[in-house]
Formats: sequence, C-alpha cells, structure tokens
Amino acid sequence: MTDQKIDNVNAQEQPDIPCPPAQDMYPMLKEPLVRITKRGIISTKHKTIVYIVGFILALLVGALMLLAVGKNPILAYRDMAVGSFGTAIASAETVRIAVPLLIASVAVGFAFKMKFWNIGAEGQILAGAIFCSYIVIHSINNGNYIPRIPLHLFMIICALIGGALFGFLPAFFKTKWGTNETLFTLMLNYIAIQYVIYLQSLRTWKDPRSSYPKIVDFSTFTDGKVELPRLFGVHIGWIFALIIATIAYFYLTKTKHGFEISVVGDSMNTARYAGMNTSWIQIRTLLISGALCGFVGYLQVAGANHTLTETSAGGVGFTAITVAWLAKLNPFVMIPIAVFIAMLQKGSLFIQSTMRIPASVADLLTGLILFFMLGCEFFIEYKLVFRSNRDASHLEQKEVAA
Amino acid sequence: MQEAKPAITENVVQMQHICKSFGTVQALSGVHFELRRGEILSLLGENGSGKTTLMNILAGIYFPDAGDIFVNGKRVTIRQPKDAFDLNIGMVHQHFKLVEVFSAAENIVLGLSGGTTINRRTLYRHVREIADQYGFEIDPEKKVYDMSVSEKQTVEIIKALYRGADILILDEPTAVLTPQETDKLFDIMRAMKADHKSIILITHKLNEVLAVSDRVTVLRKGEYIDTIHTKDATIQSLTDMMVGRSVSLAIDRPTTTNVEPILMIQSLTALSQEGTKALDDVTFEANGGEILGIAGISGSGQRELCEAIAGLYPVIGGSILYRNIVDGYEVDENVVGLNPYEIAKKGIALAFVPEDRLGMGLAPSLDMVDNIMLKHYRENKGFFVDRKSPRQISERLVKDLQIVTPDVFTPIRQLSGGNVQKILVGREIDTAPRLLMVAYPVRGLDINSSYTIYNLLNEQKEKGTAVIFVGEDLDVLMEISDRILVMSGGRVTGIVDPRVTSKQEIGLLMLGQSIDNVKGADVV
Repeated sequence: MTDQKIDNVNAQEQPDIPCPPAQDMYPMLKEPLVRITKRGIISTKHKTIVYIVGFILALLVGALMLLAVGKNPILAYRDMAVGSFGTAIASAETVRIAVPLLIASVAVGFAFKMKFWNIGAEGQILAGAIFCSYIVIHSINNGNYIPRIPLHLFMIICALIGGALFGFLPAFFKTKWGTNETLFTLMLNYIAIQYVIYLQSLRTWKDPRSSYPKIVDFSTFTDGKVELPRLFGVHIGWIFALIIATIAYFYLTKTKHGFEISVVGDSMNTARYAGMNTSWIQIRTLLISGALCGFVGYLQVAGANHTLTETSAGGVGFTAITVAWLAKLNPFVMIPIAVFIAMLQKGSLFIQSTMRIPASVADLLTGLILFFMLGCEFFIEYKLVFRSNRDASHLEQKEVAA
Repeated sequence: MQEAKPAITENVVQMQHICKSFGTVQALSGVHFELRRGEILSLLGENGSGKTTLMNILAGIYFPDAGDIFVNGKRVTIRQPKDAFDLNIGMVHQHFKLVEVFSAAENIVLGLSGGTTINRRTLYRHVREIADQYGFEIDPEKKVYDMSVSEKQTVEIIKALYRGADILILDEPTAVLTPQETDKLFDIMRAMKADHKSIILITHKLNEVLAVSDRVTVLRKGEYIDTIHTKDATIQSLTDMMVGRSVSLAIDRPTTTNVEPILMIQSLTALSQEGTKALDDVTFEANGGEILGIAGISGSGQRELCEAIAGLYPVIGGSILYRNIVDGYEVDENVVGLNPYEIAKKGIALAFVPEDRLGMGLAPSLDMVDNIMLKHYRENKGFFVDRKSPRQISERLVKDLQIVTPDVFTPIRQLSGGNVQKILVGREIDTAPRLLMVAYPVRGLDINSSYTIYNLLNEQKEKGTAVIFVGEDLDVLMEISDRILVMSGGRVTGIVDPRVTSKQEIGLLMLGQSIDNVKGADVV
C-alpha cells in the first residue's frame, strides 16, 4: 500500500470541515485529581522519616480521640509513660507483660515467614498451659511428691509437647489435604479455651474451697514450688525471652532450616524445584512455632498466674501477630516493639485509675499504630501525583508541534 | 477545550511527548506516535522498549506522566478503558481477558450497556455479520473453555469490532499462533484495512513487520527512534534501528562429534489436573552434544514434559531413563517417581530453567547469593548454611554474564527480566550439567541478552551436554536446534531435522497432523 492511496482514503473520509464542539463527539475529561504511581527505590533515611511521621500521626489521632472524650492527651501520654516505667514495680510489671508477647511474636513470626498464617498462638499457648498444668495437678493429687526442678522440667516438656501438637495439627492437615490454616488455627483457639472451662469444673482440677468453677492455685498447693525464681523483680522468663529471640534470629538467617523457611515462604514451587520437602518443612516449622507458644503457656502458669484460667493466654496470641508484623518478622526488632506494646497496656491501666480513661485506650493506640504503619508501606511503595496545571504547558507544546 | 482545530487531519491518532515512568524505570520518555486512517502500522521494539506501555496509555490502562493524545485531531484525556472505547479504540491484549464459562457471543457483549435481557438471535447474527465481513471463522455459541488459543483471539478481536472500534491495537498477536494461523490473521488484518480501519501491530518479529504493515514505528529503550515506510525497510535495517547498532543476526549451530543418548523417554504419560492426558505416550531421546528443540503451541504438554523429567510432575506411565555413570559403568537409571533431591543424590547432573522463572526456579525476594545457593545449600556439613562459595559464584557470574545489579545482596525481584534470566541460566550451567533443559529462555529478553543465552546453550552443547530447548519462536528454534521435536495435545507429532524441513511443515505438526501427512503434503 502506498502513501498516495492512504491520502486518497483520507480525502474521502475526512473532508476538511470545521469540527463540531468537542463535547458532542468525545467525552471531555480532565486528568484525574490524584493519581497513584509507583515509587522507585527509596533510601533508608526517607523510609525512616515515613515511619516516624506515621508514628506521630498515630499518636496525634489517638490524642484527638482522647480530646473527644474530654481528656487532656498530653497528660494522658505522660501518665502512661510514668505508669509503665516510672517506678521499679511498674517497670517490672511492664516487662512481665512483654515476656509472653515477645516469645509468642517470635513463634508466629516463624510461621508467617513461611506465609503460613498461624493465628492460633492463643490456642497453642493455652495448650501448653493445659499440658504443664496437668503435671502440677498430678503432683498435687498425689501428695505433692515431685521436687522443684523435675517438676519444672516435666512442665516445660509437657508445655512444649502441648503447643507443638496444636501447631502440628493445622500443618499436617494443610500439607496433606490442603485445608485452610487460618480457619484451622483460629478454631483451635476456641477448642483450647472451652477445654480450660471444662477443666475448671472437673473434680480433680477444681479448687475445693471455691464455690464457683475455678482451678486450684498451684502456688499454695505446691508450697510455692511451681513459682519461677525472680531476677530484678521479674520472673526469669525475660531471660528466656531474650535468649529465644536471639536464637530465632540466627535460626532464621544463618541455618539451613531458616533458608528453607524463606524459600517456602517466597515460592512453594521454587522450594519443590530445589528438592525441598515442603510438607516436612511446614510441619517442622509449625512444631517449633507451636512449641514456643506452649512455652509461653508454661511461663504464664509458672511465672505469672500460678494457676490456669481461660484467660491465661489473655489475647497475647493475637497481639503477637501485630508485634510480628510491626517488626517485619525480625526477632530482634520484636524486642523493643513487644516492650512498647506492653508499655501501652501497662500505661493504660495506670491512666484508667488516675484519669478515669478506659484501659482499652491501649488497644485503640495499638490499632492506630498498626494502621499507620501499614499505611507507611503504601507511601514507601507508591506516591501520589496531584493534577498539575497541564493546560498551560500543553499550549506551549502545541506551538512546538505546530 | 481550548483548541478546536484538528492538528493534522489524516492522523486518526497522534501522541506527542508521551512520558511514563514506573518507579525509577523510565518506560517512555517523550515518545511520538502517529497512526493514519486505513493503515497497518507496526510498532516495533525489543522487550522493554515501551511499545506495550505506549499502547496501554492509548487504551486507557495507564495514565501518562506527561504528553498529549489527539484522536481525530482532538486533544483527549483517556482515564480508563471505557474512555478508549468511547473513542473507538480497541485493544487485544497479549493475555486474553475472557470469561471461560461464557460463550463467544456472551463474552463479546459482556459489559456493554443495554437491556436486562440478551436477544441471542440478533446477537449471533450481528457477530456472524462481522465475522463474514472480515473473514473470521467463529461459532458465537461456542464456550471459551472449548476454544483454541487462536479462536480466543478471534473472540477478542470481534469484541473490539463489535464495540465499534476503528482503531485496533493488537499486542503481539502472533506469539501464540502457528504459521498457518498467522497467515490467516494477516489476511483478516488486510480486510479490515480495506474497510478503512486503522490497525496497530505490536511486535518484535521483523518478518511480520515486512509482511503485513504499511509503516513501522520503532521504539528503543522508551525513546522514539523513527517511523519509516515498510517498503523502504529490510530486516537488517530494522534490527539496527531497534538495537541501536549493527548486530549480526545469525545464530550458530556448531557441529559436534560424539553424539550419544543421555536421556531416553519411553511412552511417558501424565495427567493434567482436569484428568485429561497432559502427556500421551511421549517417546524420544536427547543426545549429548546436541540441542533438541521442542516446538508446539503453548500448552501442548511442554511444561509437563520438562517438569516430569525434573521430577516435579507426577507421571502415570512410561519411563524416564537417564544414562548415568556409576563406578565407571554406564547405567540407565529410571528416575520416575523421584523428587529433584533424590535425582540429584543419584549423581544425575540435571539442570532445568523453567518457564516461570520467578514462580519456579528462583525465590524473588531473596538475594542473588541465596538464589545461587538454592540447589546446593545442603552440600556443606552441619546445621548452618555456607554463603561464602555461593557469594563467590555470584560475583563471578555477575562479571562473566554482565549481570546488572547494585550488588549480589539485592533481592532479585528488583532486577530486570534479562538479568534475572542470566542468574537462573548462569546458576544452572554452573553445575556442569549433563542434561540442560531450558523452557522459553529468551522470553522477555532483549536481543543482546538473547544472544548471550544462545551462546551459552551452544557452549554447553559443545561440552557434550544434552540440551533440550523449549521455544516459541520457530525461526530461532530452526536455526539453533539439531533436531526439533514437535508436540501437539500432549503427543509427539514428529521429530524432524530443521535443516531439511520447512516452517510450514512444522506448523502442520504443531496443529496435530502426523508426520506422514506432512511429508506427503510438501516436497522436502
């Protein structure tokens, strides 16, 4: 086809007549007011600034909410800081909250790294607590015969087994039959909670002196043998927590197991391609994840509560999910974040009594911070482009083109 | 609107100074584009040159960072695909966007405004009218899941025409077609041109440009190079414009001695997820010192075959015999039922570059060192991984294969497709394989990277490795392969010598004709 021909076609089809007003023919549209475009590689400094801004915004929105209920947000924040770290006793209490949170965060972090959505930490903690409580109950019902150190050893072993069992079940069913691990782990939470409620009215577990269903206080019935020793005013669980976080970090980054977890999490097919046994890797990791949660259950029984209740896990398993994500699954980063969340929780209890602000303000702030931190991810990946005054620049280009 | 005067009347589309960036990647910088009424214009460029991005802007998928678009001389703003429809612009994407369980006609009217009911008889008649006018073959009542790739493409094109498209954009339409189907498509395009429709053909295949288009616009690395009349162009001149310098287009086919079988596949049969036969009685041998090309329409069983050989796809019958050397004796080992790790433990040096690089073969959020380590992380003793030697290999590969990366600790997801492929091929070749399987190794790569890959494959062949090359570009397959195995519907329809076989014959085999018919149909 020659140029000549094309021109002829045009001559027939498009006589040079004045065009009708644009609206009649085409939709008149303006450029969208705001567009989202992808950002390139962003510097660490810039990233940090985005996170700090996000954090400050979260606190500001929290402050607005406090203002809305007629409280002074500056005083509230100050009191929260004082209430959580103002005194040695307060600090000890804050650390006591942070310990189970940190270990549970490490535990769910293992599974999350593999994109295995274990939201059953709560149930795994309770399973560990139930299993180790069984040892204590057994000892109490048989004349308190187990000495202190073997008692704790048995408790730890049983707690690990209990948690690992609750981690194994969803992993096994997922790898074998492709069940949804999110629903599976979530439902196991309720099984664990309801089982504790059942145990509370079981004759061998129930506190004989109590009129309502409640499990015996382990400390009084074992002459305090069940209690963990203290160091700097807190039960020694905090040492375990720091050791676990450190080992977890090296396990994930330096070992073959950790490497397998990363690859399975990144691409299951690539893992198969590399000859990895993906089913076993998932089961193994969930055994570890569950066992760590089980250990939290032991710490709650032996360190914090000295008994078993349906609130022994106390939402730690769910808060741990937040901590793990805020730390981007890095066990070392989980340490300060777990402490910070514990500080919010302890501080909110304090302002509940001093300023009559409901303690749920801690949950509110945690939620806001998570929300803003996730929002930061968006601003690190993308940027917004606002409509500019393109018509002016367009006119210039038009002249050039003509 | 400030200016009501048309810019240049003969241009139905004019794009000026179009800029678009994705993150740090400048996909288009100040590109111009003009399309005249009743012409077929080829938009030519290497992968990554921005041709699809430019057309996606015209079709309302992306919004440009800067620049102006005129349709029939009017400045327009195209914010979404619907705006493009309203301007009578239709685009057929490389990946079809059809509802599988709907019939052809239902897909065609999908999303159009109208009453709550569909008058099927009128609809079918209308669809048939369009089909007859341009020479399409279509059954409006056929469900999409029953259709071949070429039929799906027909539905996409008619969908655009039904919506009144005068400007039709076809994004690499021939990538999935056999030579015969391609010729038919070109006839249809000529018929549409005769009906004063304007067609943009996005492609990187030069012989197609010369065969069908009136003019050709060349882009290179997001920049506008030139627009020339096809009659003034040659393959070499277009390549030089596309690449920016003179390149030799010949692919070597070195001759080797000592051609001995390394892999023997006998009556291999495997099921697809739907329970149909993905591989049906496949029998062939792959020889050391030889490149065995595998041709076929995509989805003919190539992926299942490669994955079965690599131990990643379950087979229900047949054997995969691998000639291994154990204690100095040659042993034919059957690897059916073994997983990749068990195959490797037998000392079988098998390397596999899968089709979906980032989905299988590489872990995209890990860095290069970890990806190099992927297949060898078990080799050292103990509980900890050894990143020292993978790091050395990585640094060597970066230098040898000119991999562009900030450093070896950058997540490979952030690298370009060509560099990702070099990492994968480099890693696989570094294991000194005796059998190397590569599936679509140059998909998405620019010419330079493609030739690096071809050279690497030839090097392996000269070392005595058996190379299996699954490809989609028949021209390349015919130049580089020593033998070509053609698959259709999971069966081997022929194993031919590319030196004495025509492209048309291979095309017939791809369509499922048996080898005898082909030999009878054409003089070799």
